[in-house]
Amino acid sequence: MISSIVAWLGDPAHWQGPDGVPTHLREHVWYSLLAVVVAAAVALPAGLVIGHTGRGTFLVAGVANAMRAVPTLGLLILFVILLLPHIASDLVYLLPGEAVLVLLAVPPILTNTYAGVQNVPPEVRDAAAGMGMTPRGVLLRVELPCALPLVLSGVRAAVLQCVATATVLAYVSLGGFGRYIIDGQQQRDFPQMASGALLVAVLALLADGLLALLARFVVSPGVSGRAGRARPGHARALSRARGRFHPAHTLTTQELS
Amino acid sequence: MSGLVDYFDRNRETILNWFGWHVWLSVLPVVLGLVIAFPLGWLARRYRFAYGPLVSVAGLLYTIPSLALFVLMPGILHTRILDPVNVVAALTVYSVALLVRVVADGLAAVPEDVEMAARAMGYGPVQRLFAVDLPLAVPVVIAGLRVATVSNVSLVSVSALLGVPQLGQLFTTGFSRLVTEPIVLGILGCLLLAAVLDLLLVAAGALLTPWRRAVRAS
Repeated sequence: MISSIVAWLGDPAHWQGPDGVPTHLREHVWYSLLAVVVAAAVALPAGLVIGHTGRGTFLVAGVANAMRAVPTLGLLILFVILLLPHIASDLVYLLPGEAVLVLLAVPPILTNTYAGVQNVPPEVRDAAAGMGMTPRGVLLRVELPCALPLVLSGVRAAVLQCVATATVLAYVSLGGFGRYIIDGQQQRDFPQMASGALLVAVLALLADGLLALLARFVVSPGVSGRAGRARPGHARALSRARGRFHPAHTLTTQELS
Repeated sequence: MSGLVDYFDRNRETILNWFGWHVWLSVLPVVLGLVIAFPLGWLARRYRFAYGPLVSVAGLLYTIPSLALFVLMPGILHTRILDPVNVVAALTVYSVALLVRVVADGLAAVPEDVEMAARAMGYGPVQRLFAVDLPLAVPVVIAGLRVATVSNVSLVSVSALLGVPQLGQLFTTGFSRLVTEPIVLGILGCLLLAAVLDLLLVAAGALLTPWRRAVRAS
């Protein structure tokens, strides 16, 4: 199997044109990214509000759980057939495809966001309020940064779901790496199928690694615990971190050093 | 609605056959997964150095998209692409990946004073594992099994793209004839199966932890 995959991937003909790896990579990333962005635009504010007010968590948790059981392939095909008489362009495939991906991406972001906000220790919230922060300030400057690790792991789960499921979109004549799997199946071309499968797997692993890396840089060192460890350069890291949130501090630390 | 009933009546045998396959393909991997994940999770709990590597490898495996794994399995197992064994093997990999961490964390959640009490009462390590640690880890393990089982029901249906018999075949059938009845039936079948399996797991969890009810009643 390995040699046939290597041979397939090594063939320069498979790396150019409308059926080439770069084209399908672009499509695959585009489908997934668009869905995650739309899902985050819906789920992040909703999750923040739900977590902040504590209202509706029971309903959201239940719906998010039930969503897990909904077969994506069935929903996708159903949407396509229902839209088919109404839309003439290629949107008749793209809209259901994106809708299904968004439906998959919303629950992990939503549940992780409200869980993250709810997990903020009450004394931290009280301290922020005691310092004179408005409820909005508490939400955006205290609860959100504290919830960020969980929020990001929700986004990570959403991205993985989308990258995995975007493969299926090829079945309704869309692009992406799934093309190789669907076309290979029809042409009885196993090396093509296996190469497509491998490409999807590599893309998923890369996306996961990239997001893990991103989380390291975005999450405040005070929250992730990286600033808490006593080690050389500790004070510098802390002041740098503070500088990021309060630009005014950068000046003073620079003046001091 | 009558269209659905009609379609079901006309294709009763095929649909029930596919439903049966779907049950097997969803449940068997979780059972195999638990059997494999249990010793691994125990190892990860018992030897701290094993936890990191085991959980990271599990995480990586869980990252691989299911359709990709279905396709790659024949190359690894030397089976035919249509063989349902590919689906069972691929989903077993997922279940193991999910459950290793669940078992390890479930065992780790056993309170230390309980462990010490068991040791003071003369329980040996093996006895303690089966009589004390495992029963106390049941709620966490059941929660993991519910996630694994319910997501399997949905993942299995994707293998219809490769022609494996199960409820997902109703989706591809519907697409090739552009009719909605089989698709709606397939979705309902999946939801029904997931709900029933979920309830069974909840009931099993309640049966295995009678002391939780006792605490709540008092």
